[in-house]
Amino acid sequence: MLEKLELIKSKVEENLNNINSISNLNDLKVKLLGRKGEVTLLLRGLKDIPAEKRSEIGKIANEVKIELEKLFMEREENIKQKALDIRLKEEEIDVTLPGLPIPLGAKHPLTQMVDEIKDIFIGLGFTVAEGPEIELDYYNFEALNIPREHPARDMQDSFYISSDIVLRTHTSPVQVRTMEELAPSLPVKIIVPGKVYRRDDDATHSPMFHQVEGLLIDHNITFANLKGTLMLFAKKVFGNELEVRYRPSYFPFTEPSAEMDISCVNCKGVGCRVCSYTGWLEILGAGMVDPRVLKNGGYDPEKVSGFAFGMGVERIAMLKYGVNDLRLFFDNDKRFLSQF
Amino acid sequence: MNISLNWLSKYVDINIDEKELAHKLTMAGVAVEGIEAAQGDQVFELDLTPNRGDCLGLINIAREVAAITGEKLNIPLIDITENNEDIADYIDIEIADTDLCPRYAVRIIKNAELKPSPEWLQEALINSGIRPINNIVDITNYVMLETNQPLHAFDYDLLGDNKKILIRRATDGEKIITLDDNERNLDKDMLVITDGDKPIAIAGVMGGLNTEINDKTVNILIESANFSAISVRKTSKKVGLRSDASMRFEKGVDVNGVIYAANRASQLIQELAGGEVVGGVLDVYPKVLPNHHITLRIKKVNDLLGTNLSLDEIEKYLLNLNFKVERKGYNLFVEIPTYRPDLEIEVDLIEEIARLYGYENIAATLPQGTTSQGGLDEYQKYKKKVTAILSKYMYEVVNYSFINNHIYDKLLMPNDSDLRQVVKVANPLSEEQGVMRTLLLSGLLDNISKNLARQNNSLSFFEIGSVFMPKSEGLPIEILKIGGIVSGQGEINWLKHNVDYDFFYLKGILENLFFELGVSEYEFVAFNDVSYHPGRNAKILIKGQKLGVIGEVHPTVLENFDIKQKASAFELDLDALYKLTTTKARLETITKYPAVERDIAIIIAKDITATRIVNDIKGNGTSLLKDVIVFDIYTGEQVPDGYKSVALKLKFQATEKTLTEGEVNEIVKNILSSLNELGGKLR
Repeated sequence: MLEKLELIKSKVEENLNNINSISNLNDLKVKLLGRKGEVTLLLRGLKDIPAEKRSEIGKIANEVKIELEKLFMEREENIKQKALDIRLKEEEIDVTLPGLPIPLGAKHPLTQMVDEIKDIFIGLGFTVAEGPEIELDYYNFEALNIPREHPARDMQDSFYISSDIVLRTHTSPVQVRTMEELAPSLPVKIIVPGKVYRRDDDATHSPMFHQVEGLLIDHNITFANLKGTLMLFAKKVFGNELEVRYRPSYFPFTEPSAEMDISCVNCKGVGCRVCSYTGWLEILGAGMVDPRVLKNGGYDPEKVSGFAFGMGVERIAMLKYGVNDLRLFFDNDKRFLSQF
Repeated sequence: MNISLNWLSKYVDINIDEKELAHKLTMAGVAVEGIEAAQGDQVFELDLTPNRGDCLGLINIAREVAAITGEKLNIPLIDITENNEDIADYIDIEIADTDLCPRYAVRIIKNAELKPSPEWLQEALINSGIRPINNIVDITNYVMLETNQPLHAFDYDLLGDNKKILIRRATDGEKIITLDDNERNLDKDMLVITDGDKPIAIAGVMGGLNTEINDKTVNILIESANFSAISVRKTSKKVGLRSDASMRFEKGVDVNGVIYAANRASQLIQELAGGEVVGGVLDVYPKVLPNHHITLRIKKVNDLLGTNLSLDEIEKYLLNLNFKVERKGYNLFVEIPTYRPDLEIEVDLIEEIARLYGYENIAATLPQGTTSQGGLDEYQKYKKKVTAILSKYMYEVVNYSFINNHIYDKLLMPNDSDLRQVVKVANPLSEEQGVMRTLLLSGLLDNISKNLARQNNSLSFFEIGSVFMPKSEGLPIEILKIGGIVSGQGEINWLKHNVDYDFFYLKGILENLFFELGVSEYEFVAFNDVSYHPGRNAKILIKGQKLGVIGEVHPTVLENFDIKQKASAFELDLDALYKLTTTKARLETITKYPAVERDIAIIIAKDITATRIVNDIKGNGTSLLKDVIVFDIYTGEQVPDGYKSVALKLKFQATEKTLTEGEVNEIVKNILSSLNELGGKLR
């Protein structure tokens, strides 16, 4: 019996490596180790062996059977591994081929710029206020200390709907609207993004453009605070190495008024075409809120003070993104929009 | 305005180089935009703020230079030899409208010699951008540039026999030929200078040809007057004539500078043209404008600027400006000369202090006030979210809010369409921008058209912007809308995974938007908007309310916008969407029990919509039915005419247990029998 088992084993050892499919392997395994398999049948013969030899022969016979099972298992793993290797080889791809073009989109660069400006001021505790684009003459002009005959109201500059309704020429009317709404509570701390309209259409003027207005009214607000706040803003947008300067200017609704210049982002202040060889770029207008405007908004200029500022979003975005033509913002060419 | 430094230095000592002076002036609010070298001279190009009209006169700029540098001001002294005649014997003045002409003064010079100006005078004018003409006219221009007071010289002998100057409103239909040889039509809103009979000048704008200084002129009448800024501005605009004089009057000229300028001109004429100056100035000035006073509180200065300036220092700046200052405790009582009309109230003086102290010397600090919570409100967050979601799939565009009224025809809108009720711009730049938009679609179609013309493909745009609806009274209604448009196909690729940018692609984007916003109660219902393909158009209902439309754009509309391929668009009222659907995300339990899926295919009449079938299934699916997905629509072989085959995947799942086959079978049986009543048969 042992000889027969050994013979089967040596035959298996000899042929096993020629079997290359799992099914053939299983066939052979069933033929030998199955319920009616040769080995199984042989082992059943153990019961006819005299008891004194049975345990020893049985032990050896069992070992042979375990070895056979092990051989089959190893071979099975071997075949599977080979099959896997082949499959992996077959599944090889050219990883340099382009991926599936997933549709893309983006916020308009002006939206991105406004978001960035908003985020900076939100971080400083400002909230966002909005107002109508078509505005009463009162809010757009009169309440801002721009009386009827002021040259700034000239038909040249403003689009009119009727004698007392205009397309707002700046976001400043929201200053007064917000003051009226909040007075007398403090602080008034808002920024106002939005579309504005002026009767100008050439290479450097668009009849519709965007502004962000800011207003802070509280006790003891100073011109020094205006300088500090706007310097922080400018550095956040254009970087810390930037230099800032303030020049006296004039706006009917602020006094003192200032214009903020930054060192030219193109030449770093040396002087170039972008800054008309001055080294400086004007980026926003600002000032202390005129007492007459505070009164119009319902605040007592003897008790509170405030500063206000306004900037053209297109101008900031042009400098920040290196856009050289204002009209690109409203041209909506995909090749432009997809760059932001 | 251009100014010559050589000339300026006649009125103030300049001991710094031109670059430093330019910088100092700029930093004090008189912006020097450029410096140009001219023969032995430097010319400053000034960009003046509108409140500093006074700086259109060199003497006033010299005052600024003196205040900034502390140097001495040298205002020319007047030295005239008058004859012993009385000007009143030569001329009479009457102002009929003192509102428009607060002051009118004249001087007369006899027997002057008309000739070219000396070189220095010609050069000064040329460097300031004014063409020399003859000594008399040049002197009036020179004095204007010097003092900011426009002057006019008339040929005394060409005045009519009345020898009278009457300043009055013109009559409608009256005409004058101005110095530039153009005939101008006058009306009753314009002020004219007349010789008591005919107009001889448009007040403050330009003189008339009829009394012009000419080759034969020997006797000259110099006008130095003040006219209302508003009146000059309106007149100059109406006659379409802007002169050096009108530009100055528009910005305001010092009414008390009239006599100095008249005398200065007479002095120069005497010097350069000889002649006798007739004794006296005839000056009609019915209502004298006095200097006014401002009380300046030292505490207020420092409180507003965030500085710590002393009384002495503040006083020094005001004295440098040549203002009379009186101390009253910690206040200064300041007399404001009438040549500085921009200084009306205390803050105006505080600005003077700030700019002379130097804005750059004021510290930069952050406000120490009340702490406040910054941020966006709920609606602002919502808008930001909508933009963020759509910008994942589409490029955001920004179009003008004004459009051409003609686009409503291009969009096939009937004449009675509500959307044709537009807010009109009274003074548009062009027809293209004539009315405020009531929809976003036209802008989006323009975007597609333009991009296709530039061979850009795979187009997918959206816009968030206001539209405007007129109201009978008050401000128009502004509604914030979102609009989107797609056209073409996804980018071509070797995977042949080609997506059409069509109705269903766009609808998918919109459904993603709704999903991310947590909007579930929406419905797309077949609709017939004139601008869209009648068979490929739906209205978008939220909670039964129509908030917008979506559809393939009507082929005729596409043609009208010069678009040669299909495009699909939507437009939705964002304000209303927000109001109807703001919900906070709440977690729904994620079950650990397995789902059971069933696929069914039914044959049903074509006109039964997918929504109707799905809703019917959902109505019978009990709470265990979690999802119904249409995964195939088929017409053709084996499906009778007028019918379609619809394949659906149903997904059942319980949160508390594993579902049994029996339970699911029971529900599916109910679903099928209900579909049966709709006319649907299991395939």
